[in-house]
Amino acid sequence: MLIDTIFFYVFALLTLGGGLLTITRRNAVHSALSLIVSLLGVAGLYLMQQAEFLFAVQIVLYVGGIMVLFLFVIMLVNLDLSAKERQFNGQWMVALVAVAAVGAEISWFLYRGQGAFQLADTAGAPSAAAFAVTTTGNTEILADVLFQEYLLPFEIASILLLVAVVGAVVMAKKRI
Amino acid sequence: MHPVTTVHYLALSAALLLIGTVGVLTRRSIVIILMSIELILNAVNINLVAFSRQAHAVHGQIFAIFVIVDAVAEAAVGLGILIALFRNKETVLADEIDLLKW
Repeated sequence: MLIDTIFFYVFALLTLGGGLLTITRRNAVHSALSLIVSLLGVAGLYLMQQAEFLFAVQIVLYVGGIMVLFLFVIMLVNLDLSAKERQFNGQWMVALVAVAAVGAEISWFLYRGQGAFQLADTAGAPSAAAFAVTTTGNTEILADVLFQEYLLPFEIASILLLVAVVGAVVMAKKRI
Repeated sequence: MHPVTTVHYLALSAALLLIGTVGVLTRRSIVIILMSIELILNAVNINLVAFSRQAHAVHGQIFAIFVIVDAVAEAAVGLGILIALFRNKETVLADEIDLLKW
């Protein structure tokens, strides 16, 4: 239990520290590298919550896919000029106040509702897709649920990806 | 030390969400804004996985997969738009794109 707690705080530190560095760095490449650290921290949190498949997806897709895409685009567009300019826009003060208000609201909600989150733990029998069964792995259970209960959303998601691919090509191409 | 509960994960996810929101609202560079959106989507995923574990059901993880699919689509299209924008306006700063302002 103790080692779990230590790992949680290490990953939380990675996640939040990486996130803070991402939004404060002047150089976009530094931001991208900090974002990678943050995403790896999130991957560690998935692993701690027994979501092994999501852990692998996070590493392969986010760190290996999306971040490489980001770095490609950073190299492609010339960011040297914008790095020398002002980094924050005029309304940053208003934005910070608004975000602080939302943050106070959420923390008040979490503080008051703390007890409510413990109820589900003891709430009778787990659903049919419980992963408490230790003989089958996380990926297998996920696949069962994904391809039976969520087949239609899965197919819609594949259409979404097709549209995104076509859209990205159309946007980035000089003349169609 | 206290054992880690769902509330810890929710607090972490709220903090990450706020960091991402600050990034979207205050930064001028569109690349950083897109990265902040990734941070926000990851905060949502932490939430979903925490509740999935709490409820002993994998449905939350399925939704996290769909959120990741959305993030991929959004990043691809967003960066495509950014490239098209840079070709036409020679800028990546969000507040210099003000054609609709008067």
